[in-house]
Amino acid sequence: MPKVENYMLNRTKAPHIKDAIEFNLHLKPYEKFVLDNGVEVYAINAGAQDVLQMEMVFYAGNSFEKSNAVAAATNYMLKNGTSSKTAFEINEHFEYHGAYCNRSCQNETASISLHTLSKHLSVLLPVIKEMITDSVFLEEELAIYKQNSKQKLSVSLQKCDFVANRLIDAYLFGEQHPYGKYIVAEDFDALTTGQLKHHFQQYYLNGHCVIFVAGKLPANLFETVNKQFGKLAIKPGKPQIINNATPAEIKKYRVANDPNGVQGAIRIARPFPNRLHPDFIKMMVLNTLFGGYFGSRLMDNIREDKGYTYGIHSYVQSHFQDTALLISTEAGKDVAEATVEEIYKEMKVLREELVDEEELLLVRNYLIGNILGDLDGPFHIIGRWKNIILNNLDEKYFYDSVNMIKTIPAEELKELANKYLQPEDFYELVVI
Amino acid sequence: MIQYEKFTLDNGLRVLVHQDESTPMAVVNVIYDVGARDESPDKTGFAHLFEHLMFGGSINIPLYDEPLQVAGGENNAFTTNDITNYYCQLPAENIETAFWLESDRMLNLAFDKKSLEVQRKVVCEEFKEHYINKPYGDVWHKMRELAYSKHPYRWMTIGKELKHVEDATLQDVKDFFQKHYTPINAILVVAGNVTTADIKILAEKWFGPIPPGTKYDRNLPVEPVQTAPRSVEIKSNVPIDALYKSWHICSRLDERYYVTDLITEILSGGGSSRLFQALVKEKQLFSNIECSHSGSTDAGLLTIEGKLVKGVAMKDAEAAIMSEIDTLLQNGITEKELQKVKNKTESMLAFEDMSVMSRATNLAMYELLGDAELINTELSKYQAVTTAELLKESKAIFNDNNCNTLYYYSNN
Repeated sequence: MPKVENYMLNRTKAPHIKDAIEFNLHLKPYEKFVLDNGVEVYAINAGAQDVLQMEMVFYAGNSFEKSNAVAAATNYMLKNGTSSKTAFEINEHFEYHGAYCNRSCQNETASISLHTLSKHLSVLLPVIKEMITDSVFLEEELAIYKQNSKQKLSVSLQKCDFVANRLIDAYLFGEQHPYGKYIVAEDFDALTTGQLKHHFQQYYLNGHCVIFVAGKLPANLFETVNKQFGKLAIKPGKPQIINNATPAEIKKYRVANDPNGVQGAIRIARPFPNRLHPDFIKMMVLNTLFGGYFGSRLMDNIREDKGYTYGIHSYVQSHFQDTALLISTEAGKDVAEATVEEIYKEMKVLREELVDEEELLLVRNYLIGNILGDLDGPFHIIGRWKNIILNNLDEKYFYDSVNMIKTIPAEELKELANKYLQPEDFYELVVI
Repeated sequence: MIQYEKFTLDNGLRVLVHQDESTPMAVVNVIYDVGARDESPDKTGFAHLFEHLMFGGSINIPLYDEPLQVAGGENNAFTTNDITNYYCQLPAENIETAFWLESDRMLNLAFDKKSLEVQRKVVCEEFKEHYINKPYGDVWHKMRELAYSKHPYRWMTIGKELKHVEDATLQDVKDFFQKHYTPINAILVVAGNVTTADIKILAEKWFGPIPPGTKYDRNLPVEPVQTAPRSVEIKSNVPIDALYKSWHICSRLDERYYVTDLITEILSGGGSSRLFQALVKEKQLFSNIECSHSGSTDAGLLTIEGKLVKGVAMKDAEAAIMSEIDTLLQNGITEKELQKVKNKTESMLAFEDMSVMSRATNLAMYELLGDAELINTELSKYQAVTTAELLKESKAIFNDNNCNTLYYYSNN
């Protein structure tokens, strides 16, 4: 640690630092239990507060639905009534114990998660069990869901960013692909309780499931979880999912959404392979440099030099299957086209010029510091593991990523830029 | 129980240290006792614009972000109507970098002209993104003007209008800095894998030599008690009618704050709360309904807001909200219901304490309010609330003369 130096303070000179790339990052290993029915439970026992989170991940996402909006509606309505409890009673039970039970639906998976003080776990799990085995999907509840979802959608459709996000995915993957399809009001109208019950039967009651738990875990965690879920018909593993993208042929789009709009939502995107491809972790570094953090080239040029936007970001979408690299910003209406041009200019610089060592070291240090900060606490650690496990990877992926951040040379980043940052490969959209 | 130690430098800078050896990181949080309420009515949005300028280079260091990122750190800042807060997180071994950067920008800024020009534009885009180019984006602007006649909570943190931000001059920036960004008006909190002994040395070294500045004594106009209901109608290009009702409530340090907070939980905290169950589920008059309060330092607002189901008349929707409130005022709440919202608060506080960053920010906020120890006494204050107090405070708040209503109609 620092010592007082006995000369005049020189404020122009940065204090000595340990380069973050010298840090050894360690991903705390999980404990794994297998329930009587084979379902796997991954656990991280850590933390000072007496709290825990549990997530049951089902392969019940959009990819498995027979028609639009079914997966999300089924997932949402898990909390809206069982044969012995009304929606109100379910909510009251969790809330009385100060717990939060949430649902979420993604493309492949759909989850139920619980955040609670550890002491209440055993009175809460039986209700979760009821929700995943005995949900009744009442007509009245579905009618309310349909009406309120349509209202929410009508508000969202006025926002240029919401519209742009839907359209760019549709161009990239096609409207038939789970990553590219989107919900319209008529999809809500067409929902029936029969569809929901069917989806529930197949993908929850008899579905594939994996469980993640983290926090200050009770000593009898395994017995408690096994008692509730070990005899159910849920099973381990995952169903096979193959979807072929049908990307749009036209690459450039300008959409007028709101006549009074004062900003344009810009989305520029291209297909990109998933985590299993060797370029994926390399792109993590190139993307950070390009538009992945506050000091990125895009931010520096388009926000900090030109003031065209409040923020601009690039990122690789988090999908299990083939995915996309995307640049996203909302810029002033008058400067939207200039912003698009600047984005391509920054791609060109990355293709043609080697990044200098100073900037590259900064990006390496930033990324390592970021991972170090993100390994703080049990919830973050289980989040990393969940990502690794659901993507069929192992801890090697984590250590390979760290190693790649520390060592990838500038030449390789330039090659990567030449491979992936070619304007003609990108879809380009501005929604005002 | 969150442990911390506190000391004050000769120049008046208060320093709090919270040690947590379980993390490899450290958080450095600097809070300045200035927010949008300290602006003059013709130069609003300035405290927030200034926050942006704090990243535009200081007297000895041309760039703030880069050296921090080189040290593996990350940072951000936020401004409210009450305070301005800057925080960064970095590996604990590199903590001196944060001291170097934070102390230099407290010492003096570079006052770069280009930075001002660019950040004016950036803030204007932020303004557009959040408040103009968004359905219902102007609601809080209108509600503040309706509910406050004198107090500077009349305007939003982002500012009353784009023009105020566009017109900011370099002289405004300098004056603001001299007045507010001094050790005597700031609090430094360091949390994470650090020791108080080391932090004392670093604080003396980097912040010790900065001149104290003059203590800013706030003398804000007090909002007169509202004596008649107020309302305003808006017609706008939005798809759905919406209703907003705000009532004046007590200030943050008032003992009634905890009761008020629990009232909002009773009315709308979750799927078993009263308004959601009655108006969204049973009567189906609203597609969503929320009750929240502003949590501001000076007397704030409690607001109920909801979007009406298509076809429902505004007066029916409003009457239904008032009928729920009447039920509350007539019958009060049960012990079980009170226990529920206390339990929720207990677990919410426990989850909040999981992150070092959140502990650091909360310590700074409480110290600025007057006493960091509040971080450890909050829960018992919530637990002490009785059903009788809750009823009494509900009656005080939900008085027609204390109410401000905004009817937001769809043009479509």
